[in-house]
Amino acid sequence: MSRIGVFVCHCGTNLASVVDVEKVAAAARELPGVSYAAEYKYMCSEPGQQMILDAIAEHGLKRIVIASCSPRMHETTFRKMLKKSGVNEYLLEIANIREQVSWVHTDSGVATEKAVDLVRMAVAKVAKDEPLKASSIPITKRALVVGGGIAGIQAALDIADAGHEVWLLEREPSIGGRMVMLDKTFPTLDCSACISTPKMVDMSAHPNIKLLTSCEVAAVRGYIGNFTVTIRQKAKYVNQDICTGCGNCEEKCPVKVKSDFNKGLSDRPAIYRLFPQAVPAKPVIDRAHCLKLTKDRCGLCEKVCPLGCIDYADEDREYDETFGAVVLATGYGLCDWTAMYDEYGAGRFADVIDGLAFERLVNASGPTEGHIVRPSDGAEPKTVVLVKCVGSRDPKKGKPWCSRACCMYAAKHAHQILEKIPGARVFVFYIDVRTPGKNYEEFYDQTRKDGAVYVRGRVSRIYKEGGRLICQGEDSLLGKQVRVAADLVVLETAMEPAAGARETAALFGASADANGWLQEAHPKLRPVETQAGGVFLAGTCQGPKDIPDTVAQASGAAAKAIGLLNKDEMETSPMIVAVDEAKCSGCGACVDICPFGALSLEILTAREGRWERAERFVCKVNAGLCQGCGACTVACRTGAIDLRGFRNVQILEEIDALWT
Amino acid sequence: MIRYAYFPGCASESTALSTTLANEFVFGRIGVDLIEIKDWNCCGATSAHVLSEALGLALPARALARAEADWPELDVVTGCASCYARLKLTNHRVRQDGGTRYMVEKILGRPYAAKREVLNFLDVLSRDDVKANIEEALMRTFRGKLRVACYYGCLNIRPCEVTGAKDRENPVAMDEIARLAGAVPVDWGYKTECCGAAHQNDAALEARPLAGRILHNAKECGADVLLTACPMCQMNLEMRQAEYIRKNRDKAVGRQTFPLLDVVLPPPAGKTIPVLSITELLAIAMGAGGERLRMDAHHVPVGRVIADALRDDAETEVFL
Repeated sequence: MSRIGVFVCHCGTNLASVVDVEKVAAAARELPGVSYAAEYKYMCSEPGQQMILDAIAEHGLKRIVIASCSPRMHETTFRKMLKKSGVNEYLLEIANIREQVSWVHTDSGVATEKAVDLVRMAVAKVAKDEPLKASSIPITKRALVVGGGIAGIQAALDIADAGHEVWLLEREPSIGGRMVMLDKTFPTLDCSACISTPKMVDMSAHPNIKLLTSCEVAAVRGYIGNFTVTIRQKAKYVNQDICTGCGNCEEKCPVKVKSDFNKGLSDRPAIYRLFPQAVPAKPVIDRAHCLKLTKDRCGLCEKVCPLGCIDYADEDREYDETFGAVVLATGYGLCDWTAMYDEYGAGRFADVIDGLAFERLVNASGPTEGHIVRPSDGAEPKTVVLVKCVGSRDPKKGKPWCSRACCMYAAKHAHQILEKIPGARVFVFYIDVRTPGKNYEEFYDQTRKDGAVYVRGRVSRIYKEGGRLICQGEDSLLGKQVRVAADLVVLETAMEPAAGARETAALFGASADANGWLQEAHPKLRPVETQAGGVFLAGTCQGPKDIPDTVAQASGAAAKAIGLLNKDEMETSPMIVAVDEAKCSGCGACVDICPFGALSLEILTAREGRWERAERFVCKVNAGLCQGCGACTVACRTGAIDLRGFRNVQILEEIDALWT
Repeated sequence: MIRYAYFPGCASESTALSTTLANEFVFGRIGVDLIEIKDWNCCGATSAHVLSEALGLALPARALARAEADWPELDVVTGCASCYARLKLTNHRVRQDGGTRYMVEKILGRPYAAKREVLNFLDVLSRDDVKANIEEALMRTFRGKLRVACYYGCLNIRPCEVTGAKDRENPVAMDEIARLAGAVPVDWGYKTECCGAAHQNDAALEARPLAGRILHNAKECGADVLLTACPMCQMNLEMRQAEYIRKNRDKAVGRQTFPLLDVVLPPPAGKTIPVLSITELLAIAMGAGGERLRMDAHHVPVGRVIADALRDDAETEVFL
């Protein structure tokens, strides 16, 4: 007879005030296989645990049932306790008589009856439990950070400073992301480049960091602790080992292409650095525009390069590397308002620009050396209209979210215009002004004192009249239509997930929400983790954020990655599925249903004779990927898959116990 | 021969006299045969559907049902934005909703399945084959000397769910047709804003500025002529011009309307701007004389602007 011990907890008065715990313990004593039953005020406390351990020793108990709170609360506590007793920690069942009984019932009689039922089921199940053993897998002590914006840079530096090797992968030719495009940052107005470029230099000089620019993630295999990542290195056509970044080639290149970095406000050559302070500070060739690569003429850069770095034959390469932890920091892009806002001219007016273009205009290292001018004629604008929530908070345009940073950078834009252009007038059209951050409200307040006029309402359309841009909209506080004749209009457009972020995350098993932002494991308590073990989130890939929040989250993600990399081995839960190959028909229904990609079909040689060989497909489980959800066990038509700890026979035993 | 069932609309025989003459001239030259719907009736325009939804649907349906019975293979075309809106909406509703169709058929006492499309003149003139015919029929062009502001009005475009218009903010169909005649369309901001429609009669105080702002923007953007695709728009923009200019001559329109922002728009230029329908422009380019087109029926004199634009064209006699 299995020697089962049942322990009923009072949980102070949480349980005992509704459930008659003594009656439950008494009923448990009568159940088949139960040799001992007791109740106590707090089972999880030190004396409570000692009581259980003493009873195990005294009565020779082999299996334990604890009737208490949810297993999510204290199952691990009691498992740890059992390790000291010699009883296998998986020969334990928790009957949840708090969340499922005392907290949801008021009638003591009914509650006690239900509690007895739950204990009876737990006893029936524990009798069928098998001892299980957790296994462990080694961890590759190297992290991969995907994305080289400020989030990726911060995460990489933190992990590297903790002593772990980090590879940072960026698809552009330089790290820096969006932050290096900005001029000054709210609310302190410190120069964005001055605070981010030193970090970029730290990155390139750090002994633990390897920088991969012009790279993409092509494929991922493996799981937490051991991700094998196929990295695609795009051709740079410039030998990065020899190049000193002298810049001869950039000066001589005859091609002029609109600079994406300067939002089309200036030109760049086909062999170029993203910006003067780029890291690495070496040019690459833009293959779509290079005359040599497209039309096989020119070749000027090869002639002027003193070191012979130019290699037109360079090709994309792919190679595999293994990482223990991954931080996704894929960032954001601005929505393409020209495709969404016909009423704002859909890009027909040169003097209607977006916020990032304004940042380049006002930036001392930008195309106008910091002079705010109209892109159409270079004249200084006297009246500027800022329109907030262009795209954001507009379900009709498919972007219901608030982009969070715009209220503050619009205030900063207003401040900068009023500061740089004497006598300038600034009108800010807004829905709400949202300033939840340290010193944010004060900054906004100061901007209004500087003279910015805030108009509550959306701009309904922008059109040209007398060489000026007329912004028409409702002032919803006045209840009137207003029109402002502006020289320059800045649209503070919505942030959206960076192109390809969802696809890249999917390679690692992380998912995105309906809007494309990467999904955290829990919105409050696990904000930097994903549902995929070992994959963490940093910065705006998870949702719109400003710089302080981005950096804070990046350090949080780094801490999680460091915690993982600090271990040599990782314990894996033994409660995963096992396949009975004799029963498996190889239908593959389970493979399709597994949300973690843990199942696959492999060929099994059933028998091999001299003349013949019988082969068939059977399901194989990847122990590292299986999360023990059990979806496949339900899908399996032959009952070949069983979830350890929740085998079909255990569940059926539980149900049977309810009816006897 | 390209054929359409034609719904002329009430204005065609009254206020839009010169436009109707131009329509006949132009469609005759470009090989488009407009077959007038027998015993057509008023579409109800802005009044009927306000009084009764059923009446607002039944009036256009009566004419459409006649066209469907007589020429089941022909699409219906009309030259008035208001008629177009009513006919198109009725067609759309009858197609979408069996209940509406049942009601309409019951009122009419005859079947009406809304099998064919309802089109406006811009749809017809934008056809590739028609454009080719237009180019062939041109006798003289404005050679880039006439700057035109193409005014589409609201009802040729909206509601987009019914009309299926793609460029709802910046339509270009009329601009392209005008360009064929050598006119230069200006980039301006009031292509699809409301002219006030029938409210110019019953709510003058509110409606006058609606027409005024259109004229103002057209002039500010450098147009010599305003082009329309609707007799109602044409009438509103033309007939009220003198009054609008007189009243606003010395007043800055901006200050009074927008007290808080204090952004002052310049007063409207004290000049009138001629208003032509797109077919009138084409008719002139196809060689029609001012007398034939009854250009004297316009409230704002047209002759000078057109004559200036055509003056140096050696191939043609001076207009008027």
